[in-house]
Order: sequence, then structure tokens, then C-alpha cells
Amino acid sequence: MILLADQLLVLVMLINLVMLGTSRLIFSIRAVAVQGVILGILPGLIHPFSGHLAGITVGIILAKGIIIPYLISDAVRKAHIRREVEPFLGYVPTLLLGAVFTALSFAFAEQLPLAPEHKELLFVPASIATLLTGFLVLTTRRKAISQVIGYLVMENGIFVFGLLLSEAMPVMVEAGALLDLLVGIFVMGIVINHISREFSSLDTSRLRTLKEE
Amino acid sequence: MLYALVLLPLLGALCAWIVPDNRWRPLVLPVIATIHSIVTAILLGNAPPPSPAGWIWLDPLGKIVLLCISLLFAVCAFYAVGYLSYRRERSNRVLCMGLLVCLSAMSMVTMTQHLGLLWVALETTTVSMAPLIYFNHNARSIEATWKYLLLCSVGIGLALLGLLFLAYSTYVAHHDATLLLGPLMFSARELNPAWLHAATIFLLVGYGTKMGLAPLHAWKPDAYGEAPGLVGALLAGGLVNCAFLAILRVYQICLASGTEIRFFQQALLGMGLISMAFAAVFMARQADFKRMLAYSSVEHVGILAIGLGLGKGALYGALFHLLNNGLTKGVLFLSSGNIHRSYSNKTTHVVKGALTRLPWSGGLFLAGFIAITGSPPFSPFISEYTIVSSAFIDGHYLVGGLFLLFLVVVFIGMALTVLPMVMGAPPANIEPTDYEDRLLTVGPPLFMMALILLLGVWPPEFLVTLLKDGSAMLGVQP
Repeated sequence: MILLADQLLVLVMLINLVMLGTSRLIFSIRAVAVQGVILGILPGLIHPFSGHLAGITVGIILAKGIIIPYLISDAVRKAHIRREVEPFLGYVPTLLLGAVFTALSFAFAEQLPLAPEHKELLFVPASIATLLTGFLVLTTRRKAISQVIGYLVMENGIFVFGLLLSEAMPVMVEAGALLDLLVGIFVMGIVINHISREFSSLDTSRLRTLKEE
Repeated sequence: MLYALVLLPLLGALCAWIVPDNRWRPLVLPVIATIHSIVTAILLGNAPPPSPAGWIWLDPLGKIVLLCISLLFAVCAFYAVGYLSYRRERSNRVLCMGLLVCLSAMSMVTMTQHLGLLWVALETTTVSMAPLIYFNHNARSIEATWKYLLLCSVGIGLALLGLLFLAYSTYVAHHDATLLLGPLMFSARELNPAWLHAATIFLLVGYGTKMGLAPLHAWKPDAYGEAPGLVGALLAGGLVNCAFLAILRVYQICLASGTEIRFFQQALLGMGLISMAFAAVFMARQADFKRMLAYSSVEHVGILAIGLGLGKGALYGALFHLLNNGLTKGVLFLSSGNIHRSYSNKTTHVVKGALTRLPWSGGLFLAGFIAITGSPPFSPFISEYTIVSSAFIDGHYLVGGLFLLFLVVVFIGMALTVLPMVMGAPPANIEPTDYEDRLLTVGPPLFMMALILLLGVWPPEFLVTLLKDGSAMLGVQP
């Protein structure tokens, strides 16, 4: 089971790199959805079965695998865009940076001693690497939708670490966190809609009226 | 009783959703706000003991923040009735619902002892405020909303990772992950230092973004500048204080750990001074007066952070300043909203002679400016004086000196914007608007201004005790 969990975590990190290398938005959204589904499967592999655990699995897969990707693809469809064009930093440099960040996150994870029963698991490096990938997408892409995808990847990174604790956390907090994420993405989708109507484009670099002279 | 503070505003939000008429809907706000403040007043007198599981307890720190929020919200609610009567053309359903949901979440923040629940409530305040910043539905406000939503969501996400680190450190220590404040403080000394350190950094960055500490304040000028005055007041006096309470909780844990507190205080001091410096630089020659208020807010969260970073006697000042800053920012934002309505412009190129055109709002804005820059006899003077004198007593001469220097620079910068706005003659060629000072748009900020004066000359006994209890929780020997 531990081996399978580690393989899935490696898959999460590979998906990060895929996301950094593609310009097609729908493809990125599907990649985030796959990450979300993996996140839902993982707790079942490291914790003993319980009703609480089943709830978590269903909740995560529903929210991160189905509802959120649907909300974002809906926004993409309404805005009639398909690709991220001209990111602030090209695809190859971000891909390289992503690889460097992944290596760094392994070094960082060495500093944080895990509990003995989690020793062999790659949760910490996978979490930090995914978090940093999210940051990279968030800061280097222009389109509002790409930025939301970056934010989602970042959230996935945080959730990866949270899975270690999924047994110990109270249901109310977990449900609250997921619900807040859902509502947040929903509001972002609405805002994106308004941006595309107001500016007839989703290029956030056009959002620059508010600046200090 | 406690749960009423959370459930009542939600009920109000439901009412606001049901009421079909734009004219009557805002009346829900003052009704709910009045009941909320009455319940708050009763609870401040005798708070119920902690709930059996220890999740819910209104401790002195929570009481201080709750007092500030409830007062500010009540004032804003009455103001909203007057303000929205000028904005009949636009549906206020989302605005009223958002305000009430936010009040519910803010109340939750003040009373919970579970850091996870606190995080959920704080994130709820972020999301519920976003549509309110977008109230004006134009290109500028959507840009502000987007920045606010994205930056605050990312920030609060980092705070979540910090919380998970904290929980995991308790799991490493005794195989029982917890995020309850009491047990966390009890076992803080056994926690693994590496995990605790990582958690502290993420929490400080996350909640610091939400609070608007420099250099994480990028969303603040835009959001405060574009939001309607009353939303700005609640952002600067409500959400900022909720985020500060979250930082206070982290401070309590660091204090209990004994080792981490030094780093945390140094980081707070550094960020506080940077915030004041940023504000001092950007305040000068700021033509947009709402953005100027945003930088003033950056300055004052800096002051709060410095007060916390200095510890000891400054803690009393920081807790008092939390209240003073919230109320004074309320006066400034509400009166600036009136001025904005009257001139339908918010730059100093057009807005001149506000004292002549709008004697009440202009006068309140001027008084608010005098108060916020720390002039006696208003209460921010007392709290800032407490912080700076404690800096010198404890031998932090550099911090104290820089603090005073930035205060002076901010005063000059702000005066250069505010004085031309209120003094002189209004320009002759501005378009007439239908706004005039009325009881409902002037009375609420006037009441708050009187309160600030009262707190400055004669702080009531119960408040002094409350502030002392609060600073005792942060490690000051009584």
C-alpha cells in the first residue's frame, strides 16, 4: 500500500510538470482534475478504513475531481478562449524551474522529520513541489483562468500534506475547508465572466488601471 | 447566547435574500446589528464558560475584537440605510447578504478556540467580502476584486499549510493531532522545533497577507480604493482585526513554546517597520483619497505588528490600538464615502473645499485625520504613545526612533492630501449631485467620532480591565 501511495505521489509531481509545459487550458483543467482524484484515493491507502475516511474520499473526488473542473471549464467555454498565449515566462524556462523546485522540495523535506510510520512516504516533497508549481503558474501566466488553475494546483499541494492528517482532523474543519474552496472558485468563475465582458479579454495584464504613478 | 452571534446574522442574510424591495431590504441591517450589539454587550459582562470540547470560548482577546467588530458593524449598518438610499438604481441584495454573512463569520473568528475553525471562518470573510468590493460594477472595481480575491486566497491557503504543519508537529510529538489552542499551548514545549518554525513562517505570511502587512499588502490600496465607503470601513476595521486575532493566536502558541517567540517577535517588528515605511513613502502626493486611507491602514497594521513584536507594556497599547484603529478608520471611510458621493470623484484634483460644501462630512474627515495620525486628545494617541514609550523603556531605541520618524512623515504626507481637500473654496464647475448630508449618513460616523474622543479622555473601567486581561494572556505579568 505504501508503495502504491508513493507511486501516486510521484504521478502528482509528474502532472505538475505536464501542467507547466502545456498551453491548452482544457488540458490543464483535466490535469488538475486527475490530481484531485488522486488526492481522493490517497487517504484510503495510508489510513485504516472508516466512515470518516470514506466521507473524505467522496468529498475530495466530488469537489476537486468533478465540481471545480466543471466550474472552470464552464468559465472557459463562456469566455471563448482555448489557449494561454504569451505567458510572462516561456514554457521551457518554467518547466526547468519546476524541475528545480521539485528537487529543492526534496531537500527541504529532509529538514522536517516525519513520524516513524510515515517515514517512507513522499507526502512532504510532493506537497511542497505542487505548492511551488502552483505559484509558478500563478505568477507566470497572464490569463485569469490560468491563474485560477495555478491557485488550484497550490491548493492541491496543501491538501496533499493535509491527507497525512485526514484521520486526525475534525470533520467540520475538513468540510469547511472544502466548502470554502468551492465557493471561492465559484466566485472566481463569476469574476472571470465579468472580466471577459468588461475587457473583452481575459488577459490580466490589461488589469493595470490601478497603479501608483 | 454565543451561538446567536453567529446564527442571527445568517438569519438576517436569509431575510435580505427574501425581501424583494430594494428600498426596504437595507433595514434588515440595523435591526440585526442592534440585536448583535446588545448580545455582545451582555456577553462582555458575563461570558459563558468554555464549551465542553473546548472549541468555543469567548476569551478576553476575542472579547476585544468582538467589541470592535460589533460596534463598527452597528454604525455601518445604520449608515448603510442612508447610503443605499442614494444607490436605488442598483440592487443591494448581494451587498446586504454579504455584509451579514461576513458579520457571522467575523463573530465566529472571535469566539473559536480551534485554529482550524478559525481558518474556515476567516476564509469565509474573504470570500463574502469579494462581491461587495465589486459593488460598483465597473472596470476598476473588477480589477480590485480580482487582485483581492486571488492574493487573499493564496495567502490564506499558505496559512492553512502552516496550520497543517502545526497539527503534524503535535502528531509527531504525541500521536494525537490537535489544533485546539489550549492543548497546543500546553504541549508547545514538546513540539519539534523544525516543524513549529516552518508552521510559524507559513502562518505569519498567510495571515500577514490577509491583514495587509507590507510587503504582502499589494491588494489593499486597490480593494480599499474601489470598494464603497462602508465596505472599506469593514475591511479596515473588521477583517484586519480578525486577521490580527489569528496572529495573536499564533503568538500565544509561540509564547508557550518558549523558544519560537523570539523569532516571531523579530519578524513582526521587521514587517511592522517595513509596513510603516511603505505607507510613509506611498502616502506622500497620493491624489486618490481612498487609496490614501488604504496606505494609512497599512501603516496601522504595521503599528499593531510592532506593538506585538515589542511585547511587554506595548501589548496593552497594541490591543487598545486595535479598537482605536478600527473605529477611526470607520469614521474616515464613511465620511470619505460621503465626500465621494457628493463630488462623484475621489481625487484631490476635483475634491476641494469639502468643509464648505459638506460641513459635517468634511469636518468628520478632518477630525478623523487628526485622530488617526495620533494627535491628542483622541484615543489613537494614547495607544500609540503606550507603544512608543514602552519601546524606549525596554531599550529598543532604534525601533522607537524609526516609529516616531515614520509617524511624522505619514502625518505630513497625509496632511498634504487632506488639508487641500477640506480647506479652501469648492471648485465652481463641478457637476451637481443629489447627495447632501443627512442624519443617517452623518450621524453614525459622528457617534463613532464621539466614542473615539471619549476613549481618549476617559477610557471606561471595564475596557481597561479587559485590555489588561488580554495582555495578561499574551504574557504580561499583571
